[in-house]
Amino acid sequence: MSENYAPKSAVGRWFNDRLPLLNLIYGHLLPYPTPKNLNYWWTFGGILTFCLITQIITGLVLAMHYVADADLAFASVEHIMRDVNYGWLLRYIHANGASLFFMAVYIHMARSLFYGSYKEPRELIWIIGVFIFLLMIATAFMGYVLPWGQMSFWGATVITNLFSAIPLVGESVTNWLWGGYAVGSPLLTRFFTLHYLMPFLIFALVILHVWALHVPGNNNPEGINVVQGSQDTVPFHPHYVVKDMFALVVFLVVFAGFVFFVPNLLGHTDNYIEANPLQTPEHIVPEWYFLPFYAILRSVPDKLGGVILMVSAIAILAFLPWLDTSKVRSAKYRPLYRQFVWLFFANVILLGYLGAQTADGLFLIIGRIATAYYFAHFIIILPLLGYIEKTKPLPKSLSEPVLSPEERQMKAAASGASA
Amino acid sequence: MSEKQVTRRNFLYVTTGAFAAAGAASLAWPFVDQMNPDASVKALASTEIDLRPIIPGQSITVMWRGKPVFIRRRTQAEIDEAKKVNLADLPHPEEDSDRAQNPEWLVMVGICTHLGCVPLGQKGDYNGWFCPCHGSHYDTSGRIRKGPAPTNLEIPDYVFLNETTIKIG
Repeated sequence: MSENYAPKSAVGRWFNDRLPLLNLIYGHLLPYPTPKNLNYWWTFGGILTFCLITQIITGLVLAMHYVADADLAFASVEHIMRDVNYGWLLRYIHANGASLFFMAVYIHMARSLFYGSYKEPRELIWIIGVFIFLLMIATAFMGYVLPWGQMSFWGATVITNLFSAIPLVGESVTNWLWGGYAVGSPLLTRFFTLHYLMPFLIFALVILHVWALHVPGNNNPEGINVVQGSQDTVPFHPHYVVKDMFALVVFLVVFAGFVFFVPNLLGHTDNYIEANPLQTPEHIVPEWYFLPFYAILRSVPDKLGGVILMVSAIAILAFLPWLDTSKVRSAKYRPLYRQFVWLFFANVILLGYLGAQTADGLFLIIGRIATAYYFAHFIIILPLLGYIEKTKPLPKSLSEPVLSPEERQMKAAASGASA
Repeated sequence: MSEKQVTRRNFLYVTTGAFAAAGAASLAWPFVDQMNPDASVKALASTEIDLRPIIPGQSITVMWRGKPVFIRRRTQAEIDEAKKVNLADLPHPEEDSDRAQNPEWLVMVGICTHLGCVPLGQKGDYNGWFCPCHGSHYDTSGRIRKGPAPTNLEIPDYVFLNETTIKIG
């Protein structure tokens, strides 16, 4: 596809002969053959790219005004909100952008789970995605520390203290992270540096993610293999460019709704109080997107055990392509998995709810059951389903499921005649 | 020959594109404007100075908007020298009376109009200011006389609040 491309202008040809950059962009964005039946759940890849770029650009301009020093950080954020031209807008886009980024990434991951996009031959796309998710978690957490409010400070304290659970070297590791004996200015400065670096690492991984995707091509709602360039595919441009743009506009409506009408809905009021190392807020919770993992951490009555389980909850995702033993990708053709995957989604949402509650009484008991179920889904249900589930017959092409019986006959006759 | 028909699709295509362009441009503005002087900088845009400690022949340098401002209480000899200059000899002709509201007090931004260095006081061929960076000579009225600078030293907006106090900005 891309080999045939020749730029129209003489300058374009001159450039392209020496560095085929235009070829590369052209091949991946314009005629790239895409399954013709991708639904709106597939638009979140483009939305996520938009989110990443938005975070990088708003972050860049915020960094022009922010000061990463424990004595000045909180005031510099207030300076951004009150003094800097449009500072309030830039900060609200960046803060709410992080939340919407996670909202989009969870939908993107759920889509992959539902339609089995992580399966052979797309395992590596999925694993790179898990690493992107890990980097996103680290970036978002460090970013939340930067305003140096009460939640920033105590969130940083709690999360860095997780490392003290490591046997023998725990204390040395935490002191190394802090650059001192408690959370303070050295930690803030290094978090700022890393928070600035990581989005670019994410960007590099996104390029690998898309590159790996474009080798086998997109999965699709039917989950069957599609021959690139056959009648089952359409060029990416204009079909999916327009569809992605439309989805992005709808997404932006939601985004603007948060930024302009409820910019602090997803934040915590406590973070508008400057960090005070002498007093912990009464009710400390992480940002909403970390709540399910926070619930898993708290459900274990052992310090080290809780940390191990929380890390495992994310790490286990990387092994998903081999834990799921079924060869059929899409949940559409897996009657049992279809129910279990919804149960899994509901369980994650339940964990998120529990993560925001106080960890005692009934909440704690339910939290333990939900945590057990989270892992059971991966290490018991998924491996077993591949053996016991009776899957529905897969269609031969993307057209087949949507054709009427007569059309199907006609098509069969036509292909029979041509054969 | 077929006439070029404007279809409904053309119309939608162009209007959508126009809205997208206008939206992108208006969204780009905050990202540009955030680098402009902010509210806290603008709040410092004027400075009041007490002139009482300055005796004739003495200068002080004050900060205004992050820039040095020279305030010189000129001697009678300096005033006379500034007044007797033939305007035709000046690269940037300005009367001394246009540069000093009160001939005794010369108030000007202490930044060379060439490339922004701070000139040294009572130096140079004209007994005024001399810029060490590229050798511009200013006279006792801060007017450029020799060297690469294109214009006279800038006079900021200022008012005498009373006999002994001025407000710059």
